[in-house]
Amino acid sequence: MSGETTHATRGNHVMPPERAEQGFRTIGEITTDNPVVVCRGVNVHYGDKHAIRDVSLDIAHDEVIAMIGPSGCGKSTFLRCINRLNDTIPTARVSGSIALDGRDIYDKQQDVVQLRARVGMVFQKPNPFPKTVYENVAYGPRIHGLAADRTELDEIVQTSLMRAGLWEEVKDRLESPGTALSGGQQQRLCIARTIAVSPEVILMDEPCSALDPIATARIEDLIDELRQNYAICIVTHSMQQAARVSQRTAYFHLGDLIEVGSTDQIFTNPRHKLTEDYITGRFG
Amino acid sequence: MSEAAAAGALTPGQKNRQRVEAGLRRRYRAEARFRAYGIAAVALGLSFVALLFVSIVSTGWTIFRQAYVLLEVSYDAETFDPDGSGDPEVMGGGDFSAPIKASMRELFPDVEARSERRMLYGLVSDGAQFELRTRLLAKPAALGSSETVWLLADDRVDQFLKGKIDRNQPADVRGLSDEEIAWIDQLERLGRLELRFNRSFFTQGDSREPEQAGIWGALVGSALTLLVTLVLSFPIGVAAAVYLEEFAAKNRLTDFIEVNINNLAAVPSIVFGLLGLAVFIQLFGLPRSAPLVGGLVLTLMTLPTIIIASRAALKGVPPSIREAALGMGASQVQMVMHHVLPLAMPGMLTGAIIGMARALGESAPLLMIGMVAFIVDVPGALTDPSTALPVQVYLWADSPERAFLERTSGAILVLLAFLLVMNLAAVILRQKFERRW
Repeated sequence: MSGETTHATRGNHVMPPERAEQGFRTIGEITTDNPVVVCRGVNVHYGDKHAIRDVSLDIAHDEVIAMIGPSGCGKSTFLRCINRLNDTIPTARVSGSIALDGRDIYDKQQDVVQLRARVGMVFQKPNPFPKTVYENVAYGPRIHGLAADRTELDEIVQTSLMRAGLWEEVKDRLESPGTALSGGQQQRLCIARTIAVSPEVILMDEPCSALDPIATARIEDLIDELRQNYAICIVTHSMQQAARVSQRTAYFHLGDLIEVGSTDQIFTNPRHKLTEDYITGRFG
Repeated sequence: MSEAAAAGALTPGQKNRQRVEAGLRRRYRAEARFRAYGIAAVALGLSFVALLFVSIVSTGWTIFRQAYVLLEVSYDAETFDPDGSGDPEVMGGGDFSAPIKASMRELFPDVEARSERRMLYGLVSDGAQFELRTRLLAKPAALGSSETVWLLADDRVDQFLKGKIDRNQPADVRGLSDEEIAWIDQLERLGRLELRFNRSFFTQGDSREPEQAGIWGALVGSALTLLVTLVLSFPIGVAAAVYLEEFAAKNRLTDFIEVNINNLAAVPSIVFGLLGLAVFIQLFGLPRSAPLVGGLVLTLMTLPTIIIASRAALKGVPPSIREAALGMGASQVQMVMHHVLPLAMPGMLTGAIIGMARALGESAPLLMIGMVAFIVDVPGALTDPSTALPVQVYLWADSPERAFLERTSGAILVLLAFLLVMNLAAVILRQKFERRW
């Protein structure tokens, strides 16, 4: 954790640790013209640990927003707030407001099952169900009752696999286990599974960190294509990846959203000292 | 440069290498020693198992054969159907020992004294007459004719034929008189006495007479008891484990429940027997000695084992699968039913089989609820009085007749075979579940 120590000492003169109390504000434009998800003042506590401090951010339609930052900065935690997956952690407390299409998702009226059908998620490690390829993709439509009959379901499975760029590779082995595919194929299967329920937002938590460069390139191409139809929110440790796939970038640091801006601007002309240090590789 | 100077001028790397080399032998020796301990422990364990099997099999394997006498018996119409009505009640009430006695007299015409004749008749089992009765009632047309049948010999004859009674011992030690031995020898010479497959052991219930005592009653009793246990304890155990592991809030109450379940697993089984006696028999008025009650008691005993194993199996399901399911919008129940439970099933089955194996071998709680009674009939329903395999072993081991020793070992063999079949079924089931993924 030498990186952590470095930025802590470095951070001290740039920005005192008690900055949140002093009303630190994110640098850059947190709002967008056509937001799907609007987060305002989001705080997350894990027990006594304040994991995310007062984060406000919009996620727009047909755009990829990348979240970058050193390990433990809270970007994954923030991501998991958007589909309420933090609910499964007993010690986690979320406050502030997150609205999807104008409705607060933490509202008591909001059904979490319905929310997760609208906000899909792809995880760091490919985690296909230990079932067949077909069953993996058909699972979502099935539990949500999206297909009236088998033909319709077949169609959904095929379209989803096509969109995920996996159809050609698996069309002859839909009945073989999803876990028997290669790592990159598994991750694309997980993406196919996610888009099979036609979500509005897709959250991706370091989707390529377990993959080789070729598989990574395929996933990145896929993300670029999916951008036409979905709002995509991707957490990544690879700055090159963020630069390649995203239009906007948000830089997190120790639970604070330090800076948001267009990807071009963040990588060529960061406004905050911490952002600059991170993207130039001085820590992280 | 002198050698001493060279030695003194070792680089740090060389020094380290020397030290490592000095320690290497010691390390390898320690490793070899540790392996030897392990091998010794395994060998010791195996030798005890081998000893157990050798002793049981060597006394028990003869159970598959039993001494039978070939006799020509005639169903005399005068004796069995005096009024010629053909009424089975009358026929069944006849004296079926008469044809056997007649047949024996015919074989040994020079035995005339009353006491000697009684001794002669004693070579054939008391059960033989019931065999004849069944035969005649099954085929009333045989009335008036005669047939040649293999009938059960007395247990002493059986033991003598199997070489378990030494003819050189004094008569009061052997339990067979010189005359009896002479008759046995003669019957053997005539080819009328031999060891045949012991059908009655595998088809009959218990008996006071060792040669008639069979294991089937206890086997059925055990099977019914375990059926009740499995049907109750597996679903209840799995449901409890799933609730505690997946749904219950993690608080003091659930901690308290967990501690208590762990404690229950360690409660001596006889305590469960007492509980069963007090609750199921006294309070609920269920019948004594019934497999139903036995199953209920064993369920109580098995539940903690199954719950603990099932919870461990549920804990072993990777969180990534849970997150994947929840992320797809599956509800908690869907996540558990569709993904977690199938993945945990093999582990749960293992727990169930461990619990069932323990329940199969359990006798103490069954003693408390009366399954230790002497029961001749093979149970046909869950409420019929019955006994169980381990209890039968206990009962026979307690009997004074020499022939029961063999039967005890035979019963243990059957018990072990039952266990083996049960475990095999579990392994096959588990593989089937695992292959689906």
